[in-house]
Amino acid sequence: MIRTLIILGALAGLAACDAGGGRAQSASSDPAPASSGPGKGKGYSHDPFPSTYHAYPGVPTLLTNVTVFDGEGGRIDKGQVLFRDGKIVAVGQSLDAGGATVIDGKGKYVTPGVIDIHSHLGDYPSPGVQANSDGNEMTGPVTADVWAEHSVWPQDPGFGRALANGGVTTLEILPGSANLMGGRSVVVKNVYARTMQGMKFPGAPYGLKMACGENPKRVYGSKGRMPSTRMGNIAVDRATWARAVEYKRRWDRYEEKGGEPPSRDLAMDTLRGVLEGEILVQNHCYRADEMAIVLDMAKEFGYHVSAFHHAVEAYKIADLLKANNTCAAVWADWYGFKMEAYDAVPENLAILDKEGACAMIHSDDANGIQRLNQEVAKARASGIKAGIPISEEHAWTWLAINPAKALGIADKTGSLKPGKMADVVLWNGNPFSVYTRPEMVWVDGALMYDAKDPKRRPVSDFELGQPGEGDVK
Amino acid sequence: MTKKLLLAATAALAFAVPAAAQTVAITNAKLVVGDGGQPVDGGTVVIRDGKVVAAGPGVAVPAGVRVIDAGGKWVSPGIFAGFTRMGIVEVDGVDETNDSGASGTAFHAAIDVAPAVNPKSSPIAINRAEGITRAVVAPDNRGSIFAGQGAIIDLGADMDAVSKPRAFQFMEWGENGARAAGGSRAAAYATLKNALFEVRDYIRAPASYTDRGKDAFLTRADAEALVPVVQGHMPLLIHVERASDILVLLQLKKEMPALRMVFVGATEGWTVAPQIAAVGVPVIATALADLPESFEQLAASQSNVGRMTAAGVLVAVGTINQDEARQARWEKQYAGNLVALNRVPGATGLDWGAAFAAISSKPAEALGLGGEFGSLKPGRRGDVVIWDGDPLEIGTSVVSVFIDGVEQPLETRWTRLRQRYLDPKDGALPKAYQH
Repeated sequence: MIRTLIILGALAGLAACDAGGGRAQSASSDPAPASSGPGKGKGYSHDPFPSTYHAYPGVPTLLTNVTVFDGEGGRIDKGQVLFRDGKIVAVGQSLDAGGATVIDGKGKYVTPGVIDIHSHLGDYPSPGVQANSDGNEMTGPVTADVWAEHSVWPQDPGFGRALANGGVTTLEILPGSANLMGGRSVVVKNVYARTMQGMKFPGAPYGLKMACGENPKRVYGSKGRMPSTRMGNIAVDRATWARAVEYKRRWDRYEEKGGEPPSRDLAMDTLRGVLEGEILVQNHCYRADEMAIVLDMAKEFGYHVSAFHHAVEAYKIADLLKANNTCAAVWADWYGFKMEAYDAVPENLAILDKEGACAMIHSDDANGIQRLNQEVAKARASGIKAGIPISEEHAWTWLAINPAKALGIADKTGSLKPGKMADVVLWNGNPFSVYTRPEMVWVDGALMYDAKDPKRRPVSDFELGQPGEGDVK
Repeated sequence: MTKKLLLAATAALAFAVPAAAQTVAITNAKLVVGDGGQPVDGGTVVIRDGKVVAAGPGVAVPAGVRVIDAGGKWVSPGIFAGFTRMGIVEVDGVDETNDSGASGTAFHAAIDVAPAVNPKSSPIAINRAEGITRAVVAPDNRGSIFAGQGAIIDLGADMDAVSKPRAFQFMEWGENGARAAGGSRAAAYATLKNALFEVRDYIRAPASYTDRGKDAFLTRADAEALVPVVQGHMPLLIHVERASDILVLLQLKKEMPALRMVFVGATEGWTVAPQIAAVGVPVIATALADLPESFEQLAASQSNVGRMTAAGVLVAVGTINQDEARQARWEKQYAGNLVALNRVPGATGLDWGAAFAAISSKPAEALGLGGEFGSLKPGRRGDVVIWDGDPLEIGTSVVSVFIDGVEQPLETRWTRLRQRYLDPKDGALPKAYQH
């Protein structure tokens, strides 16, 4: 509600400005509007497709007798987790149920919901036919004007699988990596809705998907246009950032001092948002040397890279990433499918972590998103084998608080802290074991999956009446 | 005649046992035979001349042989990867290193992957270090429903990787087959029937079967390559996903019983499992496919393997459309997940022994090679792995790998890179001097 008011306010401000400008020329009684802009950040709507997501009803719930990984590195054995009205109330060992439904989780584990910072669900949904392929606007190397949310098909059967098999409660959907600046990402709660807006994570910042390396140079080089090389990639990036800096300067001046509003450029709106720190850069980049160049480019134009995704060689520059406060989102053990993935090692996450860099797992895959707990288990095991001790509760930060931080939503979700969204998974055993599955998953305190209850299992519209309807087992 | 001699020579080479094969007895093992049974404690395995002599709890250790005390650790047959493109691809995105398929050739069924296998490709070492000892290597189809002849390879650290060349013919059916045949399943069916007729013509009079060049449905070499398929000497692995497509092939199998069909993929197999079982066609399935990724996979379910197995189908696990070039190692994780399904109400998984068999003896049996590979029964190849825990559990590491009785090195590019960058910061000299 508050959000809606803010949006309406911004739009009203725009309208008032135009009207005021008109009046100013014909009336001398109020000269102020002629020279005053609409106010900082109010030159145009920054949220024209607002979230309509709402939490579903839940009951106050106390999980007892469980091992808790709180998502920030904490662990409680024989622990309890209490949530009510969609929020975590308390985590401890002897809580007052206060009339809450008590679930005895003896031998089971509780964690915050899994967060996947890199997904294309909805944009590249199942079935993966051309008619559904909406993830890459491959018509120009810079398409910062496209928004992934405008491609999201909320009926993608993949959302339900990620919830039921993976305990995923939040995910970022990104445009693909064909372009240097592929457009805006969107963060969604993993709850089916009739509309994209119905899934949108309230208050989550947008991301800008950027890409280094092989993909942009291949896609555009094969079309006989720039960029066709890595140096071409950076040249186009820099030229675009230079324009963005100028665009920002014009709009800032207008919003502060008024006058004639500059022309709108939807791509530049996004880049201005990045320069303002309002939109977070999520940068597909594999090679260590390229990441270092991007970090320098970010300094040159005054923006920050929130996270490098697919950062296969991040382990080679863990110290540099830490120094720049830039995270690395990586796979556990994908390797070798293209040249820039050739130097992958399964110890990537562990080495990043050892050096104190912000690190996390990601899927980029409709199957992988269903087993991110196992991917973290693999990465941890590889680290331990290499002599890097990593506790289970610490490793869980790789799919909880760390992706939440890189998405700018760590104040709302990503750990089991009082006041945060009650995004919770009850696992039927240790989630670092291959033999463990999610048993119950809550999103904002609402039970959205229950292995024992076929009615608590989503079936997308597409699957209705089809062979194997809803058989996500 | 010349061809026969050549074949014989190649076969002899391929089957030669490396000189370094030792007689080894591994004792005090938590022993997994790989035949579907549960692990037993206190087991012993004896390998001699590259083959398993005996394995079990009461096996005597021959005098004067190397004895390895497993100290209660898990000992199993090596993983037999059910479907891969290992050894014929180094980097998918680098065409020069990718020999999985050829779009500019007149040949299809005649293609033989064996000469393309590179024993030094990095996925072979990486998978070897994770307990994969053998793999089914299939070509990828281009422009024909027939992809060519696949091989069985070993993952040993030597230059002799091909254990069995021309072990099977690989064919695409369903959507891929339709595309290759010009755009419809109906056209694919006509293409297949016509090919089989042409092969019969070839068999009747090989000398008069002229090569009709690039425009022919079958080149002379393709027709020749399909002879053992039609005669039932060579398995025909068929990638098929949709239930109705499976039924069409089962009908064809009834008409031509000599065809030794093996289904690959079979995402919707569980919906027609009794029919598959009745005709006796083995399946190499994708373990965890549960998304309707295409219209021929609408009934996708993680219970597919469990349900087909329960219906009496011989089911093995392979990596079909799942990074076949390098991630056979994931099969262990997939098998573990199949065990985990047993704890989900309404789902059907496999018990531990059956899950392990699905990645050891079952793939070998599906190809008709169960007498030679995939288990620790006497007479099988001496492919043995010692693990530091449950091989299907995440985090379990390989302690030792034997292939054909030869102990294998476990170092890879991964271990070298890891060692160099455990401390990412530069030292007194650049990283390039740290080796």
